Amino acid sequence: MSTVRIPPVLRPAVGGVRELTVDGGTVGEVLEAIYAEHPAVRQQLVTEEGELHRFVNLYVNDEDVRMLEWLDTPVGERDTVLILPAMAGGAG
Amino acid sequence: MKLPKALADDLVAHATEDLPNECCGMIGGRDGVAERVYRAVNTEGSPFMYVIDPREQMRIMDDIDDAGMDLLAVYHSHTRSAAYPSRTDVELAFFPKTLYLIVSLADRSAPEIRAFQISRTLPPEEAVREEPVEIV
Repeated sequence: MSTVRIPPVLRPAVGGVRELTVDGGTVGEVLEAIYAEHPAVRQQLVTEEGELHRFVNLYVNDEDVRMLEWLDTPVGERDTVLILPAMAGGAG
Repeated sequence: MKLPKALADDLVAHATEDLPNECCGMIGGRDGVAERVYRAVNTEGSPFMYVIDPREQMRIMDDIDDAGMDLLAVYHSHTRSAAYPSRTDVELAFFPKTLYLIVSLADRSAPEIRAFQISRTLPPEEAVREEPVEIV
C-alpha cells in the first residue's frame, strides 16, 4: 500500500479526498488500481490511445518518475506518489 | 470572476514584459473574487506555448491553499491572437473547474482579458464555455 496525493483538480473524480491509499508495487500498478476504483481519473489522465498523457507529471517522494523508471518505478509502503497534470497550452 | 483593476493591470504588464513570449501564472482568490496574481516562469520560453514548471506549479498551488484561497484561474497570454482558447489550450486543459484566463496583446493599445472553462474530455462543441470577467 502506498499513499497517493490527489491534487485539488482530481479530487472530484475520487470522491473529494486529498489522499488515497492504494495497492501496487509500481507507479503503473498504482495508477491502474486508481483507475479501477475511480474510472473518471483515467478519463482525465489517459489519451485516447491508452497512454498516460505526456503532460501529466508523476512523482514518487518528490522525485520525477521520468528520471527514475517511469511507470515501472517501484513504490513501497512508505512512499508517496503525486499526480500532477501540467498547466500548459498556448496559441499553438 | 471579479478581477480588481490593479490585478488586471498586472496581468497585462506581465504579458507585455514577457514579449515576445507567452507569459503564464495563476490567480488565487475567494468567492470568485481575485486577490493575488502569481507570476510563473514559462519553461517553454515560446511565443506559441506555455508550460508552468511543475515544481513552481506545486509551490504556488500550496501557497494558495495555505492562504485559504481557491485557485480561481490559470492565466497565459496570446501575443498575436485573440483571447480565445486555441486547439492547444483545449487539448491541454486538465483543470476543468479552474478558469483559463487569456490576456491578448493582439492589439497592444487595447489588451483583452477573457476567461473560459475548458474541458479536454468533453466533445469539442461543449469543451469551451466563456465565463465573464468583471473588472472591479
